[in-house]
Parts: sequence; structure tokens; C-alpha cells
Amino acid sequence: MTRLSAIATAVLLLAALPLRAGEIPDKAFSSEADPSSRQDNASSKTLEHRSGTTFMSPDTKAIQDDDTANPGMLWALDGEELWKKKDGANEKACADCHGDARESMKGVAARYPAFDRELGRPVDLVQRVNLCRARHQQTSPLAYESREMLALTAFIAQQSRGMPITAGRDEELAPFVAKGHDLFHERQGQLNLSCANCHDDNWDKHLAGSAITQAHPTGYPLYRLEWQSLGSLQRRLRGCIFGVRAQPYEFGAPELVDLELYLMTRAAGMPLESPAVRP
Amino acid sequence: MAPALINVPKNAKRGDVIEIKALMSHIMETGYRRTASGDLVPRDIITSFSCRFNGTEIFRADLFPAISANPFISFSAVATESGKFEFEWIGDRGFSATASAAITVA
Repeated sequence: MTRLSAIATAVLLLAALPLRAGEIPDKAFSSEADPSSRQDNASSKTLEHRSGTTFMSPDTKAIQDDDTANPGMLWALDGEELWKKKDGANEKACADCHGDARESMKGVAARYPAFDRELGRPVDLVQRVNLCRARHQQTSPLAYESREMLALTAFIAQQSRGMPITAGRDEELAPFVAKGHDLFHERQGQLNLSCANCHDDNWDKHLAGSAITQAHPTGYPLYRLEWQSLGSLQRRLRGCIFGVRAQPYEFGAPELVDLELYLMTRAAGMPLESPAVRP
Repeated sequence: MAPALINVPKNAKRGDVIEIKALMSHIMETGYRRTASGDLVPRDIITSFSCRFNGTEIFRADLFPAISANPFISFSAVATESGKFEFEWIGDRGFSATASAAITVA
């Protein structure tokens, strides 16, 4: 493509985007947060719950399915070492309280974010690890997206592989699921798009060649080929928010956790695939 | 040491063509990227990968900045005898890692 026509295309795209965004009609979303009500929306599409895996090329799927080719397993291996490593003023390792993660962490990632009574709100797996570090190990928190945090959460999530997602069942979580639901349907950014505009209304289409998926967070933390790294669901959410040209929430912001929680309730019953691979 | 994942069949028949897969954890920083303040991020890549079988080198590859993070290398060999594969990765900043896997050939 010549430089001139490339510029012309770019200008056309820029001109078209605000229009396109405005054209996408709002749908009559029910305010209740019950995920099963999603099918009752005005949408003419019947919603079959699909994991991001089903949108992938056979090549990418092959990487995910082979534990010796899946780069996410490198983090899980690191996580297994960290699980046994003593840390903090109490000289305690995760294993000193929780024992063998293969038993004690089974199903844990499938029910996170979970309600923390002390904080009175949901915490995701990353925050739970750091709460444990503060309360029980008496040591400093691990940074969001740090190698150590991704490794530990990958190792923990791996123990729930194949188990159905159960997050959000706790009654105390209901108001936070509702908040996440509202955030999901709130238009934002210069493109004035809500999550739902793509992931509910247009999941069967493509965006710049990439499949738009149904926003079921079944594989986090996961290895994204684009990132060349493992990453958390919050990283993914921030990427999407940046993509609609809005100001992303900071890592750990309550809004992101509420969104994570809502997305997990949408994916209720789907098997966890962590650490998954995505393009 | 950086973790590696090796996939070699545990058993093979003499004369079988076997597939050997090696995944190594590495950031493969190209040396072409810059930070927000404009400083060049120094190159940090694996430069060499080799595989020896019972002491004899059977595969070697030079790696360059265009190769993705966490390089995954797959190659084939003919199973001739039982023995041990030894893998070695060497790279910038003194990076060095090894791994091994055994095979029984009947």
C-alpha cells in the first residue's frame, strides 16, 4: 500500500469511528445482575457460552493444550517454587499454612474474586495473595504484574484447571456483581463504547482481524502471544479500556475487581483453563 | 535458574523419528526498544542453543533479536540408542541454563 493511500485509509477510519460508535444501539439491559438473565436481553442472538479458546487458531490452541509448549507453564513452575519459599518476619511459606497446593488450592481460583470480611468487599486472587503476605507472612506486597505475583497466581489457578467457575455465589457479593454489571454496560472513552457493545453485541465479528470474544475470563492469568508474557485479567481489562480511549483504572482499583467479579459470574460453570494461551 | 520445559519421548523403537521440544524462559529483549525517556533498553537475548546426545552434539541454533520471548525450539532426531539428551542455552549478560532428558530405545 502506498503511503498516500495508507494515510487516506487512516483518515477514513478516524472519521468513521465516532459515527460507528454512535450507531451501535443501546439495548434494553436488565438491571438485575443474575447472569442467567443475559439471554433474555433484546438481542436476537442466542448466547452460547464460548471460551476464548474456541475463537483461536488450531496452532494457538495446540500451544495451550501441550503443557510442554504452553509458556504459561514456565510461570506455574516458578510459582511452585515460590509456594514453598519462606518469606517475611514470620519466616513462613504459603505451604506452611496451606500445605500441598494440589489439594488445598483446588477450586480456589474458580471462586475468585471472593468476599473478604475484614475489607467488606471482594478481593481477587492477586489481592488475596498480598493480604496473606501482609496478615500472615508479615512481608511486603508483590507488585501487580510482577514475575513473582504472576507465577504464584498461575500456580494457584492451575490447581483449578478443568473445574467449573463458581465465583459470585456468596450473597454478600451481589451489590458488587451489580456494580460490575453496570460498569460493563457503561459507555466510556473517546470512542464512547461500553464493554457490552463489543463483547455482547458483536462477539461473532472481528476487530482489526482479531476475533471479538464473549469476555469470559476462563484462563487468567494467561500467556498472550501479543504480550510475550503472562498477564492478569486486570491487565487485559486495562488494555480494553485504553482501546476505547478511556483512562484505565489503576491496578487493584475496586472498579476493576467488580468488573472481574461480574465477568466471572457471566462465565459461571465454564471450566477454568489457567494458565491459558491467547493470541 | 530460569525454568525450562523439555518434551522428549521416554521410550522409542530403534530407527524411530522422534520429536524433541524445548521451551526456555527468557525475555528476549531486542536491544532496539527505548524507554519512555528515550534510553535504549540494552539487548538481552539467548544467542545460542545446543543439544547433545550422549556427549555428541546433534543440534545447534543461533538465536537473534527477532525471536520471541520464551523461545520454543522443536526438532527431530532418529532414535539409535538409549541415553541422555543435554540441552544448553547461552545468552547475553552471562545467561546460561541447562536441562536434560533421558530416553530408552528398545
